[in-house]
Amino acid sequence: MEIQAAPPAHQAPLSPSPHLLPPIFQSDTAPPQMITQGAEALLYRTTYLLPTLPCALKYRPSKPYRHPILDARLTKHRILSEARVLVKCRREGVPVPAVYAVDEREGWVMLEWVEGEVVRVKVNEWLRRRKELGVAEGVEEEVLKGLMGRIGRAIGRMHGGGGLCMGDLTTSNLMLRPKREDTVNGEGSRNAGDEVLGGEIVLIDFGLASQSSADEDRAVDLYVLERAFGSTHPRAEGLFSELLGAYGTSFKGANVVLKKLEEVRMRGRKRSMLG
Amino acid sequence: MIAIGLEGSANKLGVGIISHPSPGKPAQILSNLRHTFVTPPGEGFLPKDTAKHHRSWVVQLVKQAMAEAKVMIKDVDCICYTKGPGMGAPLQSVAVAARMLALLWEKELVGVNHCVGHIEMGREITGADNPVVLYVSGGNTQVIAYAEQRYRIFGEALDIAVGNCLDRFARTLEISNDPAPGYNIEQLAKKGKVLLDLPYAVKGMDCSFAGILSSIDVLAAELKANPETKDPITGEVITTADLCFTLQETIYAMLVEITERAMAHVGSSQVLLVGGVGCNERLQEMMGLMAAGRGGSIFATDERFCIDNGIMIAHAGLRAYETGFRTPLEDSTCTQRFRTDEMFIKWRD
Repeated sequence: MEIQAAPPAHQAPLSPSPHLLPPIFQSDTAPPQMITQGAEALLYRTTYLLPTLPCALKYRPSKPYRHPILDARLTKHRILSEARVLVKCRREGVPVPAVYAVDEREGWVMLEWVEGEVVRVKVNEWLRRRKELGVAEGVEEEVLKGLMGRIGRAIGRMHGGGGLCMGDLTTSNLMLRPKREDTVNGEGSRNAGDEVLGGEIVLIDFGLASQSSADEDRAVDLYVLERAFGSTHPRAEGLFSELLGAYGTSFKGANVVLKKLEEVRMRGRKRSMLG
Repeated sequence: MIAIGLEGSANKLGVGIISHPSPGKPAQILSNLRHTFVTPPGEGFLPKDTAKHHRSWVVQLVKQAMAEAKVMIKDVDCICYTKGPGMGAPLQSVAVAARMLALLWEKELVGVNHCVGHIEMGREITGADNPVVLYVSGGNTQVIAYAEQRYRIFGEALDIAVGNCLDRFARTLEISNDPAPGYNIEQLAKKGKVLLDLPYAVKGMDCSFAGILSSIDVLAAELKANPETKDPITGEVITTADLCFTLQETIYAMLVEITERAMAHVGSSQVLLVGGVGCNERLQEMMGLMAAGRGGSIFATDERFCIDNGIMIAHAGLRAYETGFRTPLEDSTCTQRFRTDEMFIKWRD
């Protein structure tokens, strides 16, 4: 499930025509509804087995820019590894959507439908509301800190419990699933729309994930997220330490990863060597 | 306003003169000259020799640029130079030349970030308004998007730059460095057909090229030992052209992928290609196919603006100068490390 792109406003609504779904989905009386075009995959909403059971259909069409051999190799590898990783996560109690069905040759996987929004959207909404209300930076940030803590623990559970690395950790790959009571009486708002950041963290999009318990890979995961956070939400960058703090206590060996992270940061920064 | 720009962060020495007429009008390029330090096949350029090259050419190039632009010294408003990032010795040579001109002509100095120079020039030439930028050259590989007065780096190479990978493979094959090693790989790759297996190293919006270089070097050594090797699928004899083809197809697919991911992440459909590797036609073609699939478009420039040049330094420097930015003589240093996001972009909202 890759809910990455909000379609650009000036663009016409996404039409499924340039990417025809595999035949099995074409004869359906209720065709899958396109939700979004991520970087890698197209996401549709449809149903699985029962018309009442919503599911996410993630389809990786072949990329016309890639050499066909390379394309087939990557698509097959990513669909399979994603499905394997999700199943393993599920078993280890990491919050991820369940896998319903896979066809790696056709390039699709069917997943449990996760309600809610991605963290990127929610954090930006929260920051915007605060700006409108004129709340200064650094004031009443407990809610955001709480969210950062929950993210840190979720990643910790994936790394420590699941023995997995995401490969592409951004605030677009973390969903906030509203708790049931939140959806019912979420109207009673406290200050600055704090309920915006409520809910359970669900990790999505494991297209680049791998089974790894190397500190290096774990540290790169955190580094990638840190950088994505800094570039997407510059105003919330200062709170990343909250996330790392929660991560550090989430499993045995997390502190070694945090040490490694410092090394990775230094290396990443060295990239400004030449022009 | 008129600015002269001096660039020499790597093996190209560039001098350009730009004019910004009244605000809102497009910039005018009065002259844009470049002299490249070309090394023999199998050799890279060393800082010491490159600096010497720049020192011996800079005066001549400035004179020629002034003559071509038909401007007088009194017309020039400021002297812009590359502050970094780049190789230390060549940067220093050019910074000293810029200081000399500033003192001689009594003009003010503007130190410019090389990467910002590339981005601003690309935007000016192509008219791309707010694109995701892929900056690919011999020293840099970055996916950049603008937010809140900074060019923010979304993804980058975790080890060597993509252009460095190409340059070094050209050295392995001992092909010519004239006009550029990457250009000659591109020409060879056009004759290649067989796609060999290489690692594919993408981590989110970052990527890595060092392992790929090692692998393709191994393949090149094997080919040298057994020139008659055949591809098991097609049965065709594998050639050096196939190696170049394989390398290009693999690393450009990686670059397009990380760019697409950044576009999806920020919700943009424009992509701007800058830097020396950005004038590779295969990369432009692949990027165009990707952008079309997202209902967007690609903006690229030709070798005059893609490859390091003086005009981009003049352009970005003059943008900063117009907002009141100056580099006092005592601060007119240069630095090898200067991140794209360190420069405050006052001229954009």
